[in-house]
Amino acid sequence: MRHLWLIPALPFAGFLLNGIFGRRASKAVVNAIAVGSVALSFLWVVKTLLSLGGMETPHAERYFTWIESGILNVGFELAVDRLTAVMLLVVTGVGLLIHIYSTGYMAHEGGYYRFFAYMNLFMFFMLILVMANNYLLMFVGWEGVGLCSYLLIGFFFLRRSASTAANKAFIVNRIGDFGFALAMFLMVVQFGTLDFAGIYPAAAEMPAEQTAGILTAIALLLFVGATGKSAQLPLYVWLPDAMEGPTPVSALIHAATMVTAGVYMVARSSALFLQAPLAMDVVAIVGLLTAVMAATIGLTQFDIKKVFAYSTVSQLGYMVLAVGVGAFGAGIFHLMTHAFFKALLFLGAGSVIHALSGEQDLRAMGGLRKKIPLTFATLLCAAVAIAGVPPFSGFFSKDEILLAAHHHAPWMYWVGVITAAMTAFYVFRAIFMAFFGDSRGHHHPHESPPSMILPLAVLALLSLAGGFIPVPRFLEPLFPAEGAHHDFALVAVSVGAGLLGIGLAWLFYVSKPGLADSAAARLGALYRLVYNKYFVDEIYDATVVRPLIGGSRAVLWRGVDAGVIDGAVNGIAQRSRDLGILLRMFQSGNIRSYAAWVLLGSVFVLAVLGVMGGLR
Amino acid sequence: MNVVNVLLILPAAGFLAVLLLPRSRPDAAKIAALAVSLAVFLLSLSIAAPVHGDGAELKFVTDVQWIASPDIRYHVGVDGLSVWLVILTALLTPICVLISWRYIERRVKEFYAFLLLLEVGLIGVFVAWDLFLFYVFWELSLVPMYFLIGIWGHERRIYAAVKFFLFTMAGSVLMLAAIIYLYLRAGTFDYVVLQEQMASGQLMLTTGEQLLLFLAFFLAFAIKVPLFPLHTWLPDAHVEAPSAGSVMLASVMLKMGTYGLLRFCLPMFPNAARQCAPWIIVLAIIGIIYGALVSLVQPNMKKLVAYSSVSHLGFVVLGIFTFNEIALDGAVYQMLNHGISTGALFMLVGFLYERRHSLEIADYGGVATPAPNLAAAFLITTLASIGLPLLNNFVGEFLVLQGAALVNFRWAVFAAIGVILSACYMLWMYQRAFFGETPEEVRSHVYDLRAREWAAILPLIALMLWMGIGTGAFLPPIQALNRTVLEQTKSNAEFLVKETPPRPPLRTENGAGAGRGLLNAR
Repeated sequence: MRHLWLIPALPFAGFLLNGIFGRRASKAVVNAIAVGSVALSFLWVVKTLLSLGGMETPHAERYFTWIESGILNVGFELAVDRLTAVMLLVVTGVGLLIHIYSTGYMAHEGGYYRFFAYMNLFMFFMLILVMANNYLLMFVGWEGVGLCSYLLIGFFFLRRSASTAANKAFIVNRIGDFGFALAMFLMVVQFGTLDFAGIYPAAAEMPAEQTAGILTAIALLLFVGATGKSAQLPLYVWLPDAMEGPTPVSALIHAATMVTAGVYMVARSSALFLQAPLAMDVVAIVGLLTAVMAATIGLTQFDIKKVFAYSTVSQLGYMVLAVGVGAFGAGIFHLMTHAFFKALLFLGAGSVIHALSGEQDLRAMGGLRKKIPLTFATLLCAAVAIAGVPPFSGFFSKDEILLAAHHHAPWMYWVGVITAAMTAFYVFRAIFMAFFGDSRGHHHPHESPPSMILPLAVLALLSLAGGFIPVPRFLEPLFPAEGAHHDFALVAVSVGAGLLGIGLAWLFYVSKPGLADSAAARLGALYRLVYNKYFVDEIYDATVVRPLIGGSRAVLWRGVDAGVIDGAVNGIAQRSRDLGILLRMFQSGNIRSYAAWVLLGSVFVLAVLGVMGGLR
Repeated sequence: MNVVNVLLILPAAGFLAVLLLPRSRPDAAKIAALAVSLAVFLLSLSIAAPVHGDGAELKFVTDVQWIASPDIRYHVGVDGLSVWLVILTALLTPICVLISWRYIERRVKEFYAFLLLLEVGLIGVFVAWDLFLFYVFWELSLVPMYFLIGIWGHERRIYAAVKFFLFTMAGSVLMLAAIIYLYLRAGTFDYVVLQEQMASGQLMLTTGEQLLLFLAFFLAFAIKVPLFPLHTWLPDAHVEAPSAGSVMLASVMLKMGTYGLLRFCLPMFPNAARQCAPWIIVLAIIGIIYGALVSLVQPNMKKLVAYSSVSHLGFVVLGIFTFNEIALDGAVYQMLNHGISTGALFMLVGFLYERRHSLEIADYGGVATPAPNLAAAFLITTLASIGLPLLNNFVGEFLVLQGAALVNFRWAVFAAIGVILSACYMLWMYQRAFFGETPEEVRSHVYDLRAREWAAILPLIALMLWMGIGTGAFLPPIQALNRTVLEQTKSNAEFLVKETPPRPPLRTENGAGAGRGLLNAR
């Protein structure tokens, strides 16, 4: 026993303490509990990993039986292998930095204890997600992080837009979870268990002619879950709205950790996906399309957080592309570097917003380079990393993905390269608009406190140097590398695309500032289409939401329930009353009416007998 | 005298005692009702441990003659199916006393007297092993509920009470006819004797007889559940009932229907039950989706929760009629889950009503600001209701859907849509009632939870967590019982069963399993 349970239990204890007693506690105490619990969890991760050594086989610990019924036996079982080790370090490490940052960022907000209680609860569920040793427990973490995402997106619940965005996130994810749940049911049908250790060897041993139907179905249903959580087409719509949450939440949940859960899940299920080539192709294509589509939207947005949100969707598309083409190691590698530079982008954006007392519109910024130099410097580190400039972290991981894509299908590589150029463009567009040129706002910017700058600095370092962490090689025992060769020409092209994007951004937003507007005007309808995010939200609203609500109200409730069913019931009641009224006439107590009835009855009886020919 | 008899006699005595109290001292009635119901609850806990060991065996049996001719017996006892339902009833009665403390201002002593009488009827239904005795308790529970709605309800209470009474009576008259028919055939009302006669072949019902008897019982239970399309009495009854009435109605009375299905319909008429199962499952799945969709557009909180019950109980009926062990376990678990989480929802809606005197969602908004604890309790209950893992409903829904998937994957696909929709209607209501700016009328009227209200809601929240995580404390007696029921549905009708649902494929030697044909559908 290495007491793996302590890793999630520590943040959970923080949640309980702050959740129950936090309202009456001082901010210092809340900070100590929230940050301390995550720090201890991080340290316990480090200690555990060091003591586990090479981790050639997963180290599993079972605590109790959660659900037992029929053939089903689901344990509360945690495990650590090399994949989980990477995830644990990213989640607790980046999580710790963002917790520290939040103590500064949230210092002036109401509901301080509530914020940190939710953040700790999120850490708990996220750690359960990555440590679970069966699908049902993974689903606990999966739904749990969704809950915390809901709570934190809607943190400013006085704003209607915030609570609406929270609902949207939860419900869209529920649609994804529907797929996840169905995949679990099929796994039990097929394998009789939900344990990773039971499913993967059995799936690997299945003869190819048997895997086509069932494993493809399982893999595709699992992927439906991943499209929800990791914001892929067609379920990505919740993530841009999720920016209603406080900025540290965007960094932790909607950039670095939770949204990568889908990528982790697909990588974890690689044994299933590798047996289902059709599903793999679907995964790769969805990832690639998402990457392009989101990048184009990112080109046109003016809200700094929205730019980065679409960037996240796009980068998640890269990761999904990676796992779709079988480069699981590269996908997880990019997951890690992305956690560094995207968390940094969001926290840096938060620092800008903080400095401008809440301003998020790029058009109202400008010239901040001199005013908040530390924020500028760290953001620049993130920007060069995401743009794929060598030798910074994003270069290495994106390079691995693009090479694997080329090995799989060259056209995927070229689409990926175009996306890389757009990525470099929109990130530097944001940097140039915010930090260069003249100030367009009326603010008095001030640099952020050390509690915010310190995490920025650490993340900047990781964004710059994180590419030298040999994640793919570390994961090789789990995901054997395919024969992708390091082709210098391909690398040069993708780096060139990135530099081209940066150059164009410089041209449009620094050297010739009027160019962007005239280009947008010339593109006219196309620009408006992209600026309005392809009207996807409006289309969903018109085709799904409105018909569902309108139909339920008009047809089901007013029509079927009140009309048909109650109509029938009341109809029966009415008929019986009519019958009662008729029968009452037979017993009115009035002699003359009795006489009339006797006469009528006699005539009736005689008539019937006459008709039947009985009177002879 | 064993404890089950005390569980019947004590509230009955309490009913008489409260009625005899002077009208001038309403507080005495409250305190007496609280004391009696708490005592019943504490006593009821003592039946858990013995039944936990073996849920299939009938324990705490009393079997004495009540009426000589016809031979009607006072035959009571508990097994793995009754035990939790009895404890649930005994738990909710004192909680209902607590939540009515201020809510009920007129005819106070009569209210509490009826509440105790209701407890007698409900516990009686779950422990009776003589069909006639069962019928007596079944009707006995109807009377106090009729008065709870009719006297202490809202504006349209008379309409709702009459509708409730007529719907239920329509079903139970048929059930009475079926019970009498069985007596004429078998010469006994005793359920244990009946089962022995059926198992030994002494009592053989023709296919037609079995089908008609099954339908007579089924209709009575289906109205009570309520199964779509027999559900329209439920929203009216809930909206008009006082808070405590709604809680008892949703949490326990609806379970009388599902209890009856599992206790009587399956073991006594297995062939007919299997024959009708596909049709019933279709109705259950329609109910799951239909209830959720109609719930989505309700402007009234109680109606919303009432329609959500139609959806939730669809899962229970689905689980029962799949004839699969996992789904049956889930169905019984879901009965208890629904009792706890929907009971809690009706309580919390009642708390809101006590403050703002409205059930319309539009009259609220921003409640989280003046009442953070109330908002937190409501949120946890909401999350339980929409099946969040680690809370109770998840376990039940998962088992039902998993069991259904093992028999026919398409059932699971359609039923699981209800899980998506539950998040829609609950979270949308929560947003409109609790989030946003607080209007003046809400700010001035809504205060946070009081100690009495904490005492009522905390036990239920604790149970949501306990039943969501520690399933081992609750499932074993249910499993033992369900295995027996499944055996009975096979052995009773061995010569009639044409096909049994396919066994779930275990992993075979080559690791392949038999699931390949699954996507080709059956």
